[in-house]
Amino acid sequence: MDPTPEVLRRAHYWMRFARAFDDRCITMYKQGKIAGGYFSQLGHEAISVGASLALGSADIIAPMHRDVGAYFVRGLTPRRVAAQYYGRAAGPSGGRDANMHGLGDLSIGIVGFVSHLPQSLPVAAGIAHAFKLKREPRVAMTFVGDGSASEGLAHETLNWAGVFQLPIVFIVENNQYAYSTPLARQTRVPDLARRADGYGIPGLIVDGNDFFAVFTAASEAVERARAGGGPTLIECKTMRMRGHAIHDNMAYVPPELIAEWQARDPIIRFEEQMRARGQLDEGALEEMIGQIETDIDDALAFADQAPYPDPATLRFGVYADSAGGGVA
Amino acid sequence: MTWDQGIHKSVTTLHATGVAREMTYLEAVRDALQYEMRRDPRVLVIGEDVGIYGGAFKLTQGLFEEFGGERVIDTPMSEACLIGAAVGMAFMGLRPVVEMQFADFISTGFDTIVQFAATNHYRWGSAVPIVIRAPSGGGLRGGPFHSQNPEAWFAHVPGLKVVAAATPADARGLLISAIRDPNPVIFFEYKFLYRSLRGPVPDGEDGLVPLGSAAIVRRGADLSIITYGAMVSEALAASDTLAAEDWNVEVLDLRTLKPLDTEAVLESVRRTGKALIVHEANLTGGIGGEVAALISQHAFESLDGPITRLAAPDTPVPYTPPLEDAYRPNRQKIAEAARALLKY
Ligand SMILES: Cc1ncc(C[n+]2csc(CCOP(=O)(O)OP(=O)(O)O)c2C)c(N)n1
Repeated sequence: MDPTPEVLRRAHYWMRFARAFDDRCITMYKQGKIAGGYFSQLGHEAISVGASLALGSADIIAPMHRDVGAYFVRGLTPRRVAAQYYGRAAGPSGGRDANMHGLGDLSIGIVGFVSHLPQSLPVAAGIAHAFKLKREPRVAMTFVGDGSASEGLAHETLNWAGVFQLPIVFIVENNQYAYSTPLARQTRVPDLARRADGYGIPGLIVDGNDFFAVFTAASEAVERARAGGGPTLIECKTMRMRGHAIHDNMAYVPPELIAEWQARDPIIRFEEQMRARGQLDEGALEEMIGQIETDIDDALAFADQAPYPDPATLRFGVYADSAGGGVA
Repeated sequence: MTWDQGIHKSVTTLHATGVAREMTYLEAVRDALQYEMRRDPRVLVIGEDVGIYGGAFKLTQGLFEEFGGERVIDTPMSEACLIGAAVGMAFMGLRPVVEMQFADFISTGFDTIVQFAATNHYRWGSAVPIVIRAPSGGGLRGGPFHSQNPEAWFAHVPGLKVVAAATPADARGLLISAIRDPNPVIFFEYKFLYRSLRGPVPDGEDGLVPLGSAAIVRRGADLSIITYGAMVSEALAASDTLAAEDWNVEVLDLRTLKPLDTEAVLESVRRTGKALIVHEANLTGGIGGEVAALISQHAFESLDGPITRLAAPDTPVPYTPPLEDAYRPNRQKIAEAARALLKY
């Protein structure tokens, strides 16, 4: 499925944006502006952006901690994401949830995730189940890592989605490591896509550093799901290019592996492919890079000045009908 | 063992005037489901064997025939996925009522309940209107894995509501309120009562019981028995015995364990001066400790004896009748504990 020029423009912008934003956030983290842990998505740009661009505006996405590109594609503004990272009231969780969790906003089709992986999977399946019951031509998409795919819940959900033939797309982000644990310690099966056979659903493997491969596979899966063809599992092979979180120097990763994947950088690859297609406007690229810096400056300045939530609201929103109501 | 018939030697009937319908506890739960499903097309029943088979206790019998397989959904054995899927359905505007075949198996979906469902509204503002029905409690010789009372696990968790229904009328009235509540509700129903307790059950919009309100089911002045679930009937029977001995005992049914009706508890104890807290779940870390702490902090001056807890011992629930009978609180044990406290 060939992406339209508009999709290519958005893909390029958000992949580069996600990367630049990540760099700046690491700096902000080191300056103490972001509390808690920070999980870099370096290397995952083609997956989060490529897969989410395959969705329509009425579809729903339930991402994880290395999918910030997907949030942007869905329309969660950099200002709100930055405000969340800074613990401000203007973030989707109003300072309640940790910086990378709870970035949910159902009005733009995003389910916020909990730390306990992969709890988003069954929720996305329930969403897809509701679409099917209500005969709405909508699709759910969710993400799971090579580590969290070892959890029992991943099995339960894939099985469930297969049994009910739900309109859902599972993106497995096989980035070789779960914290310090290599894939070989998660499973004897190097290709996680093979598990799809056990659930009677299609499973495919794509190069997760190739935007075109991810987008095409995801688009076909979304189309199949929308047409009543049930779920698909897409394994995107990639590599986590920084530590689990910023505190982790990943001494446990062989340097050759990093070098190998550095040579396959998804953004450089995308730009080469665009050049080869004669679709990269070098002048516009410069302009885009400038625009991204301006937009990130704006988001971080907004977050920096945004108020913290009032401690008087501490107890608000535990219940949907409690005093003070939900968060904004 | 059959779960659906022939277990009970006797049936207790509660009488009330002015209410035409009389049903068992089980029929009252079914009636609530049927009523809400007829009223609100968003309501679904979802769980293991709830469809054609009608549920392990035959509680959902007839619903599949009336509402079809898209609203009475048989699922794979997957409690964690079941609860997570219910959350997703709720996000999309449906009102799923999940049946845990036995309350014991709720542990398999614990994570999904306490981490995802319970926290969601606080974390990013989306309500999770789901009900998880959990057939709980002993008395049916179900052994360690078909008799537990895990309500305390959930009462500790912010964001959940925890309900314990003691009569057919309350089972219906509370379940309808639970389904209409915008929060995740863990709804404990007592399988010992399913077929052993009959009573009047209001119809239509009558008899709705708001979550968070306890009920004085017997008025008295000498002592408050504070209890819930299957122990309410036992406490009432014990209070009859004590009445014959000229003791006038009050029985307070908590009905909702979270939020707890603290005012009702304190008001009752302030009047009687004595508190006996009874639950079927084992003692340590149980609801009784919470109620006791509440009373000791806020009604200390009214007390005329030690706050007393009667609960099951801290063991798994045993199977053989002599051991299970020794394990479970009942009317005799309640009367005995009450006598000791009355004479204090
Ligand atoms: C149930 C659960 N156990 C442990 C953790 C702690 N933890 C957070 S991320 C992570 C590794 C996840 O690996 P993977 O799913 O491969 O995703 P990745 O971080 O590699 O993108 C672990 C162990 C958790 N979040 N949830």
